[in-house]
Amino acid sequence: MSAAIQKSAEQTSSIRRFKKPGFSTVMLIIGLIFLYLPMFILVFYSFNASRLVTVWAGFSTKWYVELFQDEQLMGAVWTSLRIAFYNATMAVILGTVSAFVLDRFGKFRGRTMFNSMLTAPLVMPDVITGLSLLLLFVTMADLIGWPMERGMLTIWIAHVTFSTAYVAVVIGARLREVDRSIEEAALDLGATPLRTFFLITIPTIAPALAAGWLLAFTLSLDDLVIASFVSGPGSTTLPMVVFSSVRLGISPKINAMATLIIVVVSLAALLGWWFMRRAERERKTNLEQFNSH
Amino acid sequence: MSNAQAKGSATLKWGPERLHALKEMWGRRLVLGVPYLWLLLFFLVPFLIVVKISFSSAEIAIPPYSPVIEYLDEVLTINLNLGNYFFLADDEMYLQAYLTSIKLAAIATFFCLMLGYPMAYAMAKAPGRKQSFLLMLVLLPSWTSFLIRIYAWMGILKNNGLLNNLLMWLGLIDQPMQILNTNIAVYIGIVYAYLPFMVLPIYANLTQLDKSLHEAANDLGCRPWETFFRVTLPLSKSGIIAGCMLVFIPSVGEYVIPELLGGPESLMIGKVLWQEFFNNRDWPLAGSLAMIMLLILCLPIAFFNRQQAKQMEAGH
Repeated sequence: MSAAIQKSAEQTSSIRRFKKPGFSTVMLIIGLIFLYLPMFILVFYSFNASRLVTVWAGFSTKWYVELFQDEQLMGAVWTSLRIAFYNATMAVILGTVSAFVLDRFGKFRGRTMFNSMLTAPLVMPDVITGLSLLLLFVTMADLIGWPMERGMLTIWIAHVTFSTAYVAVVIGARLREVDRSIEEAALDLGATPLRTFFLITIPTIAPALAAGWLLAFTLSLDDLVIASFVSGPGSTTLPMVVFSSVRLGISPKINAMATLIIVVVSLAALLGWWFMRRAERERKTNLEQFNSH
Repeated sequence: MSNAQAKGSATLKWGPERLHALKEMWGRRLVLGVPYLWLLLFFLVPFLIVVKISFSSAEIAIPPYSPVIEYLDEVLTINLNLGNYFFLADDEMYLQAYLTSIKLAAIATFFCLMLGYPMAYAMAKAPGRKQSFLLMLVLLPSWTSFLIRIYAWMGILKNNGLLNNLLMWLGLIDQPMQILNTNIAVYIGIVYAYLPFMVLPIYANLTQLDKSLHEAANDLGCRPWETFFRVTLPLSKSGIIAGCMLVFIPSVGEYVIPELLGGPESLMIGKVLWQEFFNNRDWPLAGSLAMIMLLILCLPIAFFNRQQAKQMEAGH
């Protein structure tokens, strides 16, 4: 009975919402269509048999076959994945330490400068970052003989430098909202700051660490401009190959690759969202059980 | 830190406590030192080198520029070559490129705000369990490849592309319109690529707003739009500023979007810098172009940094 009433109440409220969608709701829907339509079109035309992307000539998966046979492209994918992996790992370490220092160390000398150096890469145009890092590497090679040749290592350094900023933002936001009393209790009970950090702080911010790692991974995988400046002849990343192909015009092979990227990212995002929602629910029910006792 | 140190040395004699305090102090220095040094070496020092190289002249050598500071026969010579800057000031093309970049970035940022603000507002108003899903939906495109999302628009906007076909099928136009390789395509590209960066900070700001203020304004007889313009909008100022900076600053130096979607009229400074560097191999001139771009962006970047620092303090 009560369920029925609730249901009808929900229905009326949803009808009311349906009747009068506010201006902002309409804009949200338009915005989401704007964001997703081009990606759907890419996915759709990746199955097109015709080379002309705008003419539909029947279903075909031949572009996917061609994609996997393209050795240059596959080599670039492997290079990019490796750089992205090492980049994400280092950026999470540096970003976590930076965010921790800014949040828990209070005032220290050079704090403003540290803070500026950490947030400026978020908005710095890529061409400036890329050019300045290349000139640094060239000068260093001149002065101390390192790095002798540019390649994966220099791309890794460049990517870590800008990814750290993003990771620090993600982790800083989480650090500010965690309950510090457990950390304080551990310190009061005689744990060293280092032990407290690894046994208490790290497990509490673990989801943010995962999010930061993934963000740094995708940032590195996505970067064209900075990598173009600091890479050497032997190390071509995926965006560099895609860019040189796209510059010449539209190619169905790139559509096929785009589709694979979109599918992988969407699956990962949906899974991540689902896990987070489940964790949230569990936490809520635990809290309710705890309160009712 | 210095406070605690002073107190420690005043009250503690050499002993386990003193040792412990010392250990903690050095531990803190070590923890702070690693990211600090990394950023100094790979973020700050490179800018100084760009400044240095912008004062040298191009040469056919490895590396392709003349030395600025030379130490030969116990004499230190500094060759400052202002030629690059004079050259930039002389040639109208460069000035035009700077102005075009600022204009295109500003207009695109405005459209981004016009679309992004209502989106963020609707998300913040949505019921709690829907919010995380909507947030994921808005952010998901930015996790896929930037390059590929710009590429998608090439297929849509070109002369025999989908948009032109649709418009002709609807009978709105008789022959294809030139959209690709114009400024309009650049606007679409920037808005499309940077929209999530506009929505995210505004949404974060709006969810933190105190709902009671909203209710109070309604109770005191404000109409909905009045409440919005007098209460919500002013309170979300910091989110708007952060969003606009996150869109405006990187798009001034954007290279990929004007290269793939723009035409001859949309010559942006990032593209000019790229061409000077990769096609003409004039590193010093590219350095001066970067320096001037940085000078222009200095103010917005400082503004953004201050806003971020404020936000961080407000979190406590």
